[in-house]
Amino acid sequence: MTALQHVKLGAYYVVTLPEPDDFDFWRERARALVQSDVPPDRVAWVEPGGSGNLFSHGERRMPVPDVTAPQVRASRAFVTLAKNAILHTDAERFALLYRLLWRHQANPRIMEDKTDGDVRRIDELARIVRRDSHKMHAFVRFRLVEESDEEEAGEHYVAWFEPEHHILRANAGFFMRRFANMKWSILTPRGSLHWDGKVMEEGPPAQRSDAPVGDPAEDLWRKYYASTFNPSRLKIGAMLKEMPKKYWKNMPEASLIPELVAGAQARESAMVAAGEIKDEARPDTLAAIEKALQTCRRCPIAELGTNPVMGEGLLDAPLMIVGEQPGDQEDVQGRPFVGPAGQLLDMHLAQAGIDRQGAYVTNTVKHFKYVMRGKRRLHQSPTAKEIDSCRWWVDSERALVKPRLVLALGASAARGVLGRTVSISRARGVPKMLDDGSELWITAHPSYLLRLEGPAREEQEKLFTADLAAVAARLTELVA
Amino acid sequence: MGQLTTIEKLEILADAAKYDASCASSGTAKKNSIGGKGIGSTEGMGICHAYAPDGRCISLLKVLLTNHCIFDCHYCINRKSSDVRRARFTPQEVVDLTLSFYRRNYIEGLFLSSGIIKSSNHTMEQMVETARILREEHDFRGYIHLKTIPEADPELVYQAGLYADRVSINVELPTDAGLTRLAPDKNARQIEGAMGEVKSSIIENKDARKRFKHAPRFAPAGQSTQMIVGADTASDADIVGKASRLYDGFGLRRVYYSAFSPIPDASAVLPLKRPPLIREHRLYQSDWLMRFYGYSSREVMQATGTDGMLPLDIDPKLAWALNFRENFPLDVNRAPREMLLRVPGLGVRAVNRIIAARRHHLLRLDDVAKLTVSIAKVRPFLVAADWRPTMLTDRSDLRSLLAPRQEQLELFAA
Repeated sequence: MTALQHVKLGAYYVVTLPEPDDFDFWRERARALVQSDVPPDRVAWVEPGGSGNLFSHGERRMPVPDVTAPQVRASRAFVTLAKNAILHTDAERFALLYRLLWRHQANPRIMEDKTDGDVRRIDELARIVRRDSHKMHAFVRFRLVEESDEEEAGEHYVAWFEPEHHILRANAGFFMRRFANMKWSILTPRGSLHWDGKVMEEGPPAQRSDAPVGDPAEDLWRKYYASTFNPSRLKIGAMLKEMPKKYWKNMPEASLIPELVAGAQARESAMVAAGEIKDEARPDTLAAIEKALQTCRRCPIAELGTNPVMGEGLLDAPLMIVGEQPGDQEDVQGRPFVGPAGQLLDMHLAQAGIDRQGAYVTNTVKHFKYVMRGKRRLHQSPTAKEIDSCRWWVDSERALVKPRLVLALGASAARGVLGRTVSISRARGVPKMLDDGSELWITAHPSYLLRLEGPAREEQEKLFTADLAAVAARLTELVA
Repeated sequence: MGQLTTIEKLEILADAAKYDASCASSGTAKKNSIGGKGIGSTEGMGICHAYAPDGRCISLLKVLLTNHCIFDCHYCINRKSSDVRRARFTPQEVVDLTLSFYRRNYIEGLFLSSGIIKSSNHTMEQMVETARILREEHDFRGYIHLKTIPEADPELVYQAGLYADRVSINVELPTDAGLTRLAPDKNARQIEGAMGEVKSSIIENKDARKRFKHAPRFAPAGQSTQMIVGADTASDADIVGKASRLYDGFGLRRVYYSAFSPIPDASAVLPLKRPPLIREHRLYQSDWLMRFYGYSSREVMQATGTDGMLPLDIDPKLAWALNFRENFPLDVNRAPREMLLRVPGLGVRAVNRIIAARRHHLLRLDDVAKLTVSIAKVRPFLVAADWRPTMLTDRSDLRSLLAPRQEQLELFAA
């Protein structure tokens, strides 16, 4: 209890870190604070350059622990994790570490309890930092600069890299051990490292323009990258998971990816076309379309592993309703427009007096395109290219059903039918003549209505209702 | 035909090498270039320097010395009777490429393999020479993987092990009958004989290093092999059995599976259809069960169906658990580690965390949820302080409850 004598009761301490990654400084201050019995909620940790005046009332002098204060205990697991976690950019990290250190004194085995919130958080921070470091080891790309100064003559390898966290200094050793006999520099927006074969020097933050722009070996490397890729097993998701797009801009080989993917898809679809149907010969029944869809690999959406959702309805339906793409529910049930948007559509169709049973309902894009967000599959809009690849199927359906009127819901559907992008607000309510003599009507997609709220939704619902009413009226004329 | 440029040769010889699955650069002795004359380090963990759009890691410069070959293995794109463009690197050219890529941090090292020219010994000499130049003339301390040729002189294979971190010999096909039919120039006894020699060299070297600190290292990252899946009629049970015999008999670090992919200019003996890629994935999962989860090969085979194939719609661990439901549910607060490892959906990390956390307090279901990826998947197999899966493991539709959704639909569609 003697330590308390040195602490002003209720005093509030402010500790400003000299560097954002200075673990030793943090450890020394944290040790003194614990020994002086300063609880976590009485300490503010401030990053260099962080807002100090927020805590202007705080005490900036450190408390002096009593000489008899007990040793501060910290498990090895904690220290290992803390050394990584402190490199994270999260402004709360110093406080989190101090809170855990504080709790360590009462429970030295706290790190074993991975259900604890603080333990989980430090694990998470350390994991992210380790990944950032690992990606730095992997994705730094040096470029050769030939130096011709009389003293500096020789090869100098320079890299530009953009780490997400404060990992540069911590990883200097890795590059030094690997390239011990090479002169190299790594430039980043947070600082730079220079190794001349003997001494490591730290430099100020750099800009991309400080780094060289190219290297003759990059052509060879790109050729290698393209040649080692096996186009018959495209797995874009697996690539993106380990090599997210944010790294691509500093990797010379990444510029090849779009063309490699496109080439692989062309190859696959050529194989499908050779094995199944030719683009020239359209399937002659809806069943044939459905069968051929199973092997469709015209666009990368099919690689997500979802099921193609075929249109459904009468073969001689006068009305064809075209949506965007199947959603989560549609993919599960294998039928178009059965999810929330489908229910809204059904309600509006009934209101307008249009019989869905008498129409042919389908989608522009046949596969559900999504990204995982936690446990949920989140809808992703198809790209223009994907819509155009899938247009072949909608065209084939139209050629068989021969509707008098096509109702396109949303911009994707309009593009899928027309082959070019139109603006819904300008195109709605005015029919367009299609090549086969049928009429195209364009309106919003019901899921657009679902995303709106309040007056905006009311306004759009009105427009949607009006569009459907116009379609209903026109349909009666056409069929009569 | 004029001389090929380096970039043209690289295109041909990297393309020809890409059917080798392995690109691992992990698990070797720690070394770095401090105090040396050259560059290179290996620090235990492998590094993937890039990923190709096929999702595979690019860690090593994986090339053939040449794709000329006197053998005529039907599944191989480089076989004698194949009509592919041929090229040939000199050892020095491979060395220059490796160093040039390594300096720019594109790669962890070199994975060198080769078609067989003139004779097995001649080819092997060229490969060893490449590794020698890298190690001795350039003091290169990065990773080297040499694919050795089983027909070559054992002395040459031994030389390879002294320069390389890892050596490998492909068994190619899981059954001897398949090998005889599809690789008429190869001999199963000879392949296994060579693997046996490498194994004893590795053991002798470990022993020598215990006694003499400066004894040269021999293949510190061990040896591995590769099997082609789907080119013959071998079932998953055959493959798992073969892999297990290889692990036990030759102390292999890894057995790689390579789904036979339709190669351009394929031989007429081969199936036209490629096996589903998921089959390769299920085999790797079964490999993991044997290596990290304490399953014996016999137990993995218990997960296969009557046709000897692993189910494609669910992973082998779940398949095993469904076949042996009487072992579940397990009490998450009491069950021993080796049993928890058998719970579908619990990985090694999760099990370790559970065991550490339950020393502190009784685990409730939401505690387990914090330690695992998917509580829905593990819940039917566990008892927690506040959770007991009522009759769940007795339900006949448990499999469809747990199978991933899209595959489930395929089952219904069938």
